[in-house]
Amino acid sequence: MENFINFLVDDFFVTGEPLIYGAMVSMALVSIAIVFVLTYFKKWGYLWREWLTTVDHKKIGIMYIIAAIAMLFRGGVDGLMMRIQLTLPGMEFLDSQHYNEVFTTHGTIMIIFMAMPFLIGLMNYIIPLQIGARDVAFPFLNAVSFWSFAFGALLFNISFVIGGSPDAGWTNYAPMAGENLNPGPSQNYYLMGLQVAGIGTLATGINFLVTILKMRAPGMKMMRLPIFTWSSLITSIIIVFAFPILTVALALMTVDRIFGSHFFTLTGEGMPMMWANLFWLWGHPEVYIVILPAFGIFSEVISTFARKQLFGYKAMVISMVIIAGLSFVVWVHHFFTMGSGAAVNSFFSVTTMLIAVPTGVKIFNWLGTMYKGRIRFDTPMLWSLAFIPCFVIGGVTGVMLAMAAADYQYHNTYFLVAHFHYVLIAGTVFGCFAGLTFWYPKMFGHKMNEKLGKISFWFFMIGFNVCFLPMYFLGFAGMPRRTYTIEPEWMPLSVTASVGAALMAIGFAVFVYNIYYSFRYSPRETQGDAWDGRALEWATTTPVPYYNFATVPKIEGPEAYWIMKSKGETTYDKEKVEPIHMPSDSGIPFIMMAFMFVGSFGLVWEWIWMAIAGLIGVLVCMFIRSFDYDDGFHVSVEEIKETEEKARGGEK
Amino acid sequence: MSSEHSEGFPKKHIVGFIASIVLTIVAAWAALSSGLPTPWIITAIMVLAVIQACIQLFMFMHMTETDSGGIQVGNMLQAFFVAAVVVAGSIWTMSFGYSHNHDGGGNDAEMENHEDMDH
Amino acid sequence: MSADTDLTTGPLEYRSHEGRMNILGFWIFIGAEVALFSTLFATYAVMFGRTGDSPVPAELFELPMVLIMTFLLLTSSFTCGIAIHEMRRGSLKGLLTWLAITLVLGLGFLGFEIYEFVHYIHEGASLQSSAFWSGFFLLTGTHGLHVLLGISWATLLIVQLRQRGLTPVTSRKMFIVGLYWHFLDVIWIFIFTSVYLIGMVV
Ligand code: HEM
Ligand SMILES: [Cu+2]
Repeated sequence: MENFINFLVDDFFVTGEPLIYGAMVSMALVSIAIVFVLTYFKKWGYLWREWLTTVDHKKIGIMYIIAAIAMLFRGGVDGLMMRIQLTLPGMEFLDSQHYNEVFTTHGTIMIIFMAMPFLIGLMNYIIPLQIGARDVAFPFLNAVSFWSFAFGALLFNISFVIGGSPDAGWTNYAPMAGENLNPGPSQNYYLMGLQVAGIGTLATGINFLVTILKMRAPGMKMMRLPIFTWSSLITSIIIVFAFPILTVALALMTVDRIFGSHFFTLTGEGMPMMWANLFWLWGHPEVYIVILPAFGIFSEVISTFARKQLFGYKAMVISMVIIAGLSFVVWVHHFFTMGSGAAVNSFFSVTTMLIAVPTGVKIFNWLGTMYKGRIRFDTPMLWSLAFIPCFVIGGVTGVMLAMAAADYQYHNTYFLVAHFHYVLIAGTVFGCFAGLTFWYPKMFGHKMNEKLGKISFWFFMIGFNVCFLPMYFLGFAGMPRRTYTIEPEWMPLSVTASVGAALMAIGFAVFVYNIYYSFRYSPRETQGDAWDGRALEWATTTPVPYYNFATVPKIEGPEAYWIMKSKGETTYDKEKVEPIHMPSDSGIPFIMMAFMFVGSFGLVWEWIWMAIAGLIGVLVCMFIRSFDYDDGFHVSVEEIKETEEKARGGEK
Repeated sequence: MSSEHSEGFPKKHIVGFIASIVLTIVAAWAALSSGLPTPWIITAIMVLAVIQACIQLFMFMHMTETDSGGIQVGNMLQAFFVAAVVVAGSIWTMSFGYSHNHDGGGNDAEMENHEDMDH
Repeated sequence: MSADTDLTTGPLEYRSHEGRMNILGFWIFIGAEVALFSTLFATYAVMFGRTGDSPVPAELFELPMVLIMTFLLLTSSFTCGIAIHEMRRGSLKGLLTWLAITLVLGLGFLGFEIYEFVHYIHEGASLQSSAFWSGFFLLTGTHGLHVLLGISWATLLIVQLRQRGLTPVTSRKMFIVGLYWHFLDVIWIFIFTSVYLIGMVV
């Protein structure tokens, strides 16, 4: 017993850190509050029936987005903590160990648990609507994907109170991340958290590929797909072929750590750099996974608010295909300094520079779309307009990094940090914000408040530039990334960056407040087309009925809804209503992934019995699923008519 | 929809089966008793393996069936492209780019390995 | 558009739109599996020669056993193809018979593989002994696990086929298991070639 308590105090819970005690207490309080509210308002049944067991792509999309915003908050707090440490190094706010943990969780969470789920959430909600489908191809699998992400994120996030956070960077390089230099559960959290979430991402990729290829409305040819759907299609292809590489890399390191193999170890002739090689074989395609859907969003927004058809649709599509292909052959640019021969480095220098070409093409497409357009400056458009110059800065500095010889100077300095924040924040994060504000009325039946939206935009956008532009110069001045100390001569720029970070925090806070404010005060949408939209998602009523389309329209060209509007068509044709087949909800995805969580937690602590128990649970769920021949249900014609007539206020 | 043989004798399967057995034996022979130089052997047996894979894909797995046939073939081509990049790319990159004849450096262990790889 | 309507002719597994989507989805999954195994092959290849103090592969690999394993798997892939052929002729009995033969051959393969692993471990080549052997065991072991999964999955399907007979759903599931089984054979061909044959040559 005493042993057990000692174990809890010494190893299991992270102790001795005031910050972490604070976090623990607040987490406990929040959990208690949630349980209390759910019980008090008798919402447990509602939660289970409407959300935890749902297979509806719209609800799944919303859950992804909520989780992503929570993760943005967590990752953002990590970021602020690093800024505080570098602004007031004398205060010993963070020691080196703690600083390592913070930058590791920051990067991992932002890429894996914020950027991807945010975009996948938007994809979930929007794509079936854009192509005229009633759901995704595999709704059950979609729920599995979501819960694998959610439990993966949970597993990763509990590390900082139970067992300690990983501390080898989001790139988790060996041998730093290996058993010898880094014993204990913390690195295992990284490995298992990503592993569990990665399974879901792969499933999402397959799901969306089949959905887009096989569930389009009649007449929606490939070259009539809305551009966001195109970008998601390409993203899905990259996911399908890149994520298995990560799966293997993580598995190899897990086996290294837990079962004593020698892939990335310093002993037994292992090769630590092989980890870097495998990681970036996935990692570079990954950065395109998080940017391409954002490109798609910007394209939709810019064409809607410039009130023009997208300029150079075909060039857009082709350049995305080229980007997808090239994204698999540039990975070595992340470790030029490993010291490969001249041939290797030159080859990857050239391919990397090539990838900037199709990216540049897209920039001109956006500019061309706006040219002579009658632009409306609503919030989604502001995010998109700001994206263009900021992203160009990120891309141009990327090309600087792509020159292998020059990269020996830039590598692992703040120049690199500035580069990837310029592409990831100005690209992905702006894209997510643009997409969310743009599609918000479709999702929730009211717009986000414009005034607050603009305040949040200006704070965030100015803050972003104030924060990250100086970092390029810090990089020139030689400041290395991932250190918790700082030389006095770097202080002025570093403090500037921190001011920018604070502005971004304000921007984010206003954004979140805006969600609450708009929920309370924004006027409700009475019809589906909030922005005078062009693609098919705007043809549905708001709120979208769970079967999406009462009757699926026949598509006659690109910009399907634009054409429908001109002809006065809707997605409800009284004569043609037929019973609609819909999939049944299921609790299995949630339960299965909960077992997966238990099993992975077992592996994290190297308690093999628990890992096996979790695995058995997962297998039993699969077994039950295999024998489950539930074929869904049909929505009756009466119900459809009633719903539609109510939503359309009796018209037609 | 093209399923040529819903009835009757499974000719395709039997031809494919015999071919794969023969190819396997040829590969084993090429490797162990042909006496060819090693690089030749490796190239030859890899080609044989790819042929066998195609036999499975086309003759057993009906890859080209249904209106998704084109997608399925494209998908496998992309898969093999990625596989080639991953395997060849990793070997090339992780050999640290030193060529045999005029290497610029590297430690002894590294060099030993290259000896192993190429003989 | 014909793509999402249900058909009344042609193989059962393709008749429903859902069936066709499932099969396409599985093909894409196979594409992902190719990427997965290629990463294992890449690791194996990079670790080649890194045996440290442990035995080198040429000392341990034996052609006869590898050939037997290969023939077992090749034959099982063939019998699995015949099983699908029988299914398309509408013969449940033929399907079940050939499927059973397939699984027996698969089990035989697994038996040999386990024997092989135990043997190597006795000779001092295990997952822990060196980078090369780590690569070897993970590559072949992952393939073996897939075979095990395939066998269990097919067994579940036998039960379902006996309960329900040949329907669009059961034949779709069967077709997919068939794809999986052939795919494992494809992977094995590459293991046979690049691990065993090259391992014995170099
Ligand atoms: C114009 C196209 C781009 C080029 C030429 C480019 C080039 C590069 C190069 C050469 C590096 C490695 C530098 C070093 O480690 O020293 C790098 C790092 C990075 N890039 Fe890019 N990049 C481009 C676009 C993007 C995009 C679109 C994203 C993501 C949205 C992105 C995200 C990243 C990240 C996250 C890293 C650093 C990862 C780390 O080491 O932690 N890049 N880029
Ligand atoms: Cu990159």
